[in-house]
Amino acid sequence: MTIDRRTFLKTAAGIGAAAALPMPFVRTAGAADTIKLAALYDLSGGLEVSGKPMLDTLNYAVGEINAAGGLLGKQVEVVTYDTQSAMQMYGQYAQQAALKDRVAVVHGGITSASREVIRPVLDKYKTLYFYDTPYEGGVCDRNIFCPSTTPGQTVDKLVAYALKKFGKKVYTLAANYNYGQITADWVKKYAKDGGGEVVGTEFFPLDAADFSATISKIQAAKPDWVMAVLVGGGTISFYRQFAAAGLGGKIGVASTTFGGNGEQLVLSPKETDGIAVCYNYMETIQNPENAKFLDGFHKKFGAKYTPLYELPMSSYQGVHLWAAGVRKAGSTDRMAVIKALETGIAIDMPSGKVTVDPTTHHCILNVYLAEFHDGGPKVVQDFPQQKPTDTEAVCNLKDHPNDRKQYVIKV
Amino acid sequence: MIAQVSALLRGHAGTTALALVGLGLLFGLPLGLETYVLLQVTVYVTFAILALSLGFVLGFGGILCLGQSVFFGLGAYTYGIAVTDMGDSTIPVLLSVAVPSLFAAALGYFIFWGRISDVYVGVITLTVSLIFFSVVNSTAGPQYHIGAAAIGGYNGMPNIPGINLPFEPDDTLDPNGVFYLTMGSLLVCYFGLRWLLTTTFGRVVVAVRENERRVELLGYDARRYKLLALTLGAAIAGLAGCLFANWGSFVGPSVFSVVQSAQILIWVTVGGAGTLLGPVIGSILISWLTAVLGTQQTLNASLVLGFILLVFVLVVPGGIAAVARRARTAAARLGAFGAARRIGREAHPGARP
Amino acid sequence: MAWAGIISIDFLYAVASLILVSLGLAVIFGMMRIINLAHGEFLVLGSYAAILSSHAGVNIWVACLIVAPLAVGMIGFVIERLLIRHLYGRLVDTMLATWGLSLFVVGLLTTVFGNDTQGVSAPLGPIHIGDYQASGYSLFVIGLALVVLAAVYGVLRFTRFGLFARGTMQNADMAAALGVHVSAVYSTTFALGAGLAGLAGGVLAPVTGVFPSIGGAYIGKAFITVLSGGSAILAGTSSASVLLGAVDQIGTFATNAVFGQVGLLVAAVVLIRFMPQGITSRFFRRSL
Repeated sequence: MTIDRRTFLKTAAGIGAAAALPMPFVRTAGAADTIKLAALYDLSGGLEVSGKPMLDTLNYAVGEINAAGGLLGKQVEVVTYDTQSAMQMYGQYAQQAALKDRVAVVHGGITSASREVIRPVLDKYKTLYFYDTPYEGGVCDRNIFCPSTTPGQTVDKLVAYALKKFGKKVYTLAANYNYGQITADWVKKYAKDGGGEVVGTEFFPLDAADFSATISKIQAAKPDWVMAVLVGGGTISFYRQFAAAGLGGKIGVASTTFGGNGEQLVLSPKETDGIAVCYNYMETIQNPENAKFLDGFHKKFGAKYTPLYELPMSSYQGVHLWAAGVRKAGSTDRMAVIKALETGIAIDMPSGKVTVDPTTHHCILNVYLAEFHDGGPKVVQDFPQQKPTDTEAVCNLKDHPNDRKQYVIKV
Repeated sequence: MIAQVSALLRGHAGTTALALVGLGLLFGLPLGLETYVLLQVTVYVTFAILALSLGFVLGFGGILCLGQSVFFGLGAYTYGIAVTDMGDSTIPVLLSVAVPSLFAAALGYFIFWGRISDVYVGVITLTVSLIFFSVVNSTAGPQYHIGAAAIGGYNGMPNIPGINLPFEPDDTLDPNGVFYLTMGSLLVCYFGLRWLLTTTFGRVVVAVRENERRVELLGYDARRYKLLALTLGAAIAGLAGCLFANWGSFVGPSVFSVVQSAQILIWVTVGGAGTLLGPVIGSILISWLTAVLGTQQTLNASLVLGFILLVFVLVVPGGIAAVARRARTAAARLGAFGAARRIGREAHPGARP
Repeated sequence: MAWAGIISIDFLYAVASLILVSLGLAVIFGMMRIINLAHGEFLVLGSYAAILSSHAGVNIWVACLIVAPLAVGMIGFVIERLLIRHLYGRLVDTMLATWGLSLFVVGLLTTVFGNDTQGVSAPLGPIHIGDYQASGYSLFVIGLALVVLAAVYGVLRFTRFGLFARGTMQNADMAAALGVHVSAVYSTTFALGAGLAGLAGGVLAPVTGVFPSIGGAYIGKAFITVLSGGSAILAGTSSASVLLGAVDQIGTFATNAVFGQVGLLVAAVVLIRFMPQGITSRFFRRSL
């Protein structure tokens, strides 16, 4: 990260001003002629790597909207909160956004844990919420929209492809929280459906950095390929140690997370060649919206920006979906926007067409299967307009508009 | 004039004044503050209770507990699990104080009857917090549940029901009620501890901190006093945990983390170990600062907190409380000088309750 | 048979990395009775030094084995002069101050490098044992741990600085009376400990990715290993590393990495409870 003098001075002055106010009245109220949008992301601490690009794409989307004249004749103002990778800050700032800053919508939350902290708060204080992150599926709540993917949209394709390409025996390594646990269950199901078999599953805390014992265990289990559902700063260590033991090329690797945090930039192409992934977005997709988006984004943030994947793209899509809802409703009122979005609004995004599914508040979108070669993903196959089949099986907000929970989907 | 005020502050009148300020805040703040600010103040007050617990254990018991977060976390999880299973919050609240106390009693027995002292107590308590963190952090699978309450691993337990009026599960406290409960708890804990320190028990606890061997030679069993001090601290930390889980309707394994323990230690250090008011003030200041730091993106929060801790250890040992005391003593001297010229005798600075 | 070979490499690697990670902390604690809670950040600084210099074109071996320890050793020297010096004899305050330092360094590294994971590839290829494969770099780490142990022993046992240092450790006042420049011994020792931490960070950089807060993953283990080992620097660290490394590996292979780690922690707590001054208070008592 680099700080230029101007932002430093601005922020320093800001802190000075904030500190001069009597606590805890930290923020001055914004002018009433803007529409406020809250961004709750981890911009420091362990999840900073994910949070920073999400905030950048969110700001970029808001910039586009404002440059085109804003919404309902007003400019959109982003109120940013750094949740510092701490759950308690999510609770604190969600309250602040809803009650003090009275924002029209909250975008944010990275881990499922943070979403489950924010969601009840925003339900309680009646503030619209967009959770712009690929996750394990099952959230069923009329106040929330999830403009990204769930395992039912991506993992099935990835497993089918790897079974065909690498072989029938798979060993799963997953992050030890509900995203990893539930995704590991889906891997088991899809592997069985495709005539394959899971020969081992292991869960890791998010700070795991030593995989040497695991690599020995993998060799003992003799799988054809490894499914990596790893999350956290230490995941690079797995790919590195796997390659250092000479297993790259011998045992295939597929991943639901690889590349999302720029892992391929740290690792050498030799260590990453052949890793299979399946995402809603990667920069190598060819379409006019994407070309235009990349051009503008790189002009603003520099051409060397870490390649974007579905995580930051979800923030971008989330903001545009919300804006489309506001335009259609002609108001920023929560229920009006929800009803407008529930008409099944569709917008053309860099990842292709994104349509709100009225029954689940998830999205119908394109997914792309790719393989890493020479340090970048090469698209192998695309699957247009995939429905969130997993969440669909448990959630119907049309029939049960008062649902407020996350279902655990029976795999 | 200043001399009279400071004399007042030193005597019982000081306690009374402080109690009046506390009661004023208790009943005044909900009237004057909007809901959002009141919610923020509530969480700061919760942290103040937590800071108070370590302030007592470390500052008066002389026990280097680097794992105070264990008791905090146990309180929070006990409340979360019990209230999810029972529905009514009365017994869960009591359990959230009882479980950490019992655990502290067992841990204290293990530590103090092994004649383990200072830094090794720190290592063991820190290690225990690491154990809790690792274990709770890896309970994400559906097989880990107590009754209907899933422990949830890294994700923690969301949607924890709030505290209700005793045995009236439908009367959940509103934000004002939660504030009354939290602020009331702080006042009870603070004045309870102040009273305790004037009793024989309290004096022996402080004597053990000062010179363990001498206390033993006088016929007291130092181990018992340390055990009781640790257990009492754990009970208060457990209460804070319960209030914390209630405040956010959420608890996650980070309550057990080393970072959480470090936070508590920073509050106590900045406020001033060896006093009770210091940690309370330290916790509120630092929590507020952390929240301010989160609304800007230039200065990294841990950079600032680390710097503050360094400055306080190196330049301001004794924390804010010591600075205030020095200022008061200096003022008293000045005042006493004037008074001495008038009535011809020296004031008696320095004594404190 | 091949499986047993792989398992033993994993076990030896676990022990060797524990030794490397803890040794710097052990030197500082054993000699100066200071618990440096910024030890994890010293390791991270070593990793960054190695990675940055190797990206700048320095040979990877030079970057890991020479640049990293020298850079962190110098940083340690400066920190001793600025901070630690004022806190001798105040054990708890040193812990607090170094904890503050640790937070500060994490914040600084995040501000300068961002929170992205950085790294370099391991410079050695795989080795084959029967059907199984392991990283050749693991073997190198095992060998290096032995070399470092021998080197520290040599310095303490056979050099003039080692003699002064051991004297200061036993009785600082007496050493000062006999003309040893105690404060110089302290600052050199602290720099040596920091340098060893930097070396460990440099050597582990090609194995794990590096990001500012990864030090937290090391400090707990190092701290516990050193205190369970006791005051004898080499014997204590080695014996505790073997014992705790074994518990960790057995737990990891029997269940998973988390329970390996938890087993290590529980073992350490029990060990300290029954031998409050560490393993070397009862065994290897007269060793270094």
